Amino acid sequence: MIDNGDTAWMLAATALVILMTPALGLFYAGLVRSKNGLNTFMMCIAALGVATIAWALIGYSLAFGDGGGFVGNLDHAFLRDVGFEPREGTTIPHLLFMAFQGSFCILTVALVSGAVVERIRFGPYLVFVALWAVLVYPVMAHWVFGGGFLAEGGTLDFAGGVPVEMASGFSALAAALVIGARKDYGRQALLPHNSVLVLLGAGLLWFGWFGFNGGSGIGTGEPGVLAFTNTLLTPACTLVAWFVLDLIRGGKVTAVGAATAVIVGCVGITPAAGFISPAWAMVLGVLAAIPSYLIIVWRPRTRVDETLDVLAAHGIAGITGILFIGFFAQLDWNGVADGLAYGNAAQLGDQALAVLVAPAYAFVATFVILRAIGALTPLRASEREEAIGMDIVQHGEEAYLTGEGALLIGVGTDGEPEPATARRAA
Amino acid sequence: MKLVIGIVRPERANDVLEALYRAKVRGVSMSRVQGHGGELDRVETYRGTTVRMGLAEKVRFEIAVSEEFVQPAIDAVTEGARTGEVGDGKILVLPLDRVVRIRTGETDHAAVTPVGAQA
Repeated sequence: MIDNGDTAWMLAATALVILMTPALGLFYAGLVRSKNGLNTFMMCIAALGVATIAWALIGYSLAFGDGGGFVGNLDHAFLRDVGFEPREGTTIPHLLFMAFQGSFCILTVALVSGAVVERIRFGPYLVFVALWAVLVYPVMAHWVFGGGFLAEGGTLDFAGGVPVEMASGFSALAAALVIGARKDYGRQALLPHNSVLVLLGAGLLWFGWFGFNGGSGIGTGEPGVLAFTNTLLTPACTLVAWFVLDLIRGGKVTAVGAATAVIVGCVGITPAAGFISPAWAMVLGVLAAIPSYLIIVWRPRTRVDETLDVLAAHGIAGITGILFIGFFAQLDWNGVADGLAYGNAAQLGDQALAVLVAPAYAFVATFVILRAIGALTPLRASEREEAIGMDIVQHGEEAYLTGEGALLIGVGTDGEPEPATARRAA
Repeated sequence: MKLVIGIVRPERANDVLEALYRAKVRGVSMSRVQGHGGELDRVETYRGTTVRMGLAEKVRFEIAVSEEFVQPAIDAVTEGARTGEVGDGKILVLPLDRVVRIRTGETDHAAVTPVGAQA
């Protein structure tokens, strides 16, 4: 039975999640140098195109077709039998369910790009997006959302701690290792060029996350309402905890840190959103800040140029959230299961299993995909191109342009661009 | 006293600064400029408009130095800025008539000598 209220909310929630991808583009673009701002943004925009197509053609079926424990089947390939009838177990049209889940896949691929910005070539990146959106996201989504082995085994993941957060975080680590560090990494300060964009992007991501978590109840019922509320509470606590950590470390509360904290909080609550009480959600917010903060401080001292710290913000915070469920899930609130603190130690084991298998699959699969693409074509730009910047080299555009010195050119008879002034003279 | 002007690639600006510090040249100002030095033009397209960018982003260093620091400053800018490709930039050396340090009113040689190096 279609429920109008559920359907209305899921339509809105889907659009909210779609907004998160350009919001991530703002967040990432602000964090890179100005000569790479457009390219970085475009890597997110590209996911909206390529990953959506991959999802409609085959990804959705691999994630949500019946299949086995590891991956779904091809029953819904090319959206076969995905129509206005409700998907089994839901009260919304199957088409809408497909679109909502697709918005997750798009965002997750875009997240991975943060590891390799400022140096990866755009063409190979597009191939990577297509392959990742078929071989990695749908598989891991199947495990927890599509009736795969984790869901069957009792692992709780409300809105994507496994396929979104751990998948993107550990894929990012693999991608950074395959692509290698930027040429100036560790030698020069590579700083965010516009922290206002970073804060704006983080704010819009938080806004979209209400659809991401709030919609993962697939309706307006209690789980959705709980998840929605927790999506307010947890990031707020992470934000303030981050302020304290910043104060302890440097004596000042930083803006880029605040933006990071919002993301970490949203990620932390993602898997747990519909399973823990609001009070525990606030505790989770504080706890989630600590491991991610420590890794963000430590990582730039290593040789691993995982440029925008996707591992710390998503992979690690995702693990924190997934494990937190094992301790503090509450049957009174979620109607599904208790955690260790409420007498069900087995739940922690189920959660720990996800923490073992999800990072391993994401890391290995991404490593293999990128190595395979890299065997056919160079993955990264030359040092000289890196110095000029990806905006001009990959796109022939610049993010910030005064227009001074730009000479209009027409197209000559031989097809070669020639200056308009010269053409008039002839 | 000379004014040494170095016009260099923006991506080499940090290397130039580091080389200047190593050469103990203090007192540098830096500005972003756009210039054309014979390097290949970039063609950019925005919707239906295609343009040839006749001017490239450059960074301009201005360094006022006493005679004994002229050559070290030139060497440092050269070392930091050179890639070997067209478009590495230019160094211009100009005579200076007068220099005044605003804070103290010191002039000329005393004014271009860094505070720490005076004693």
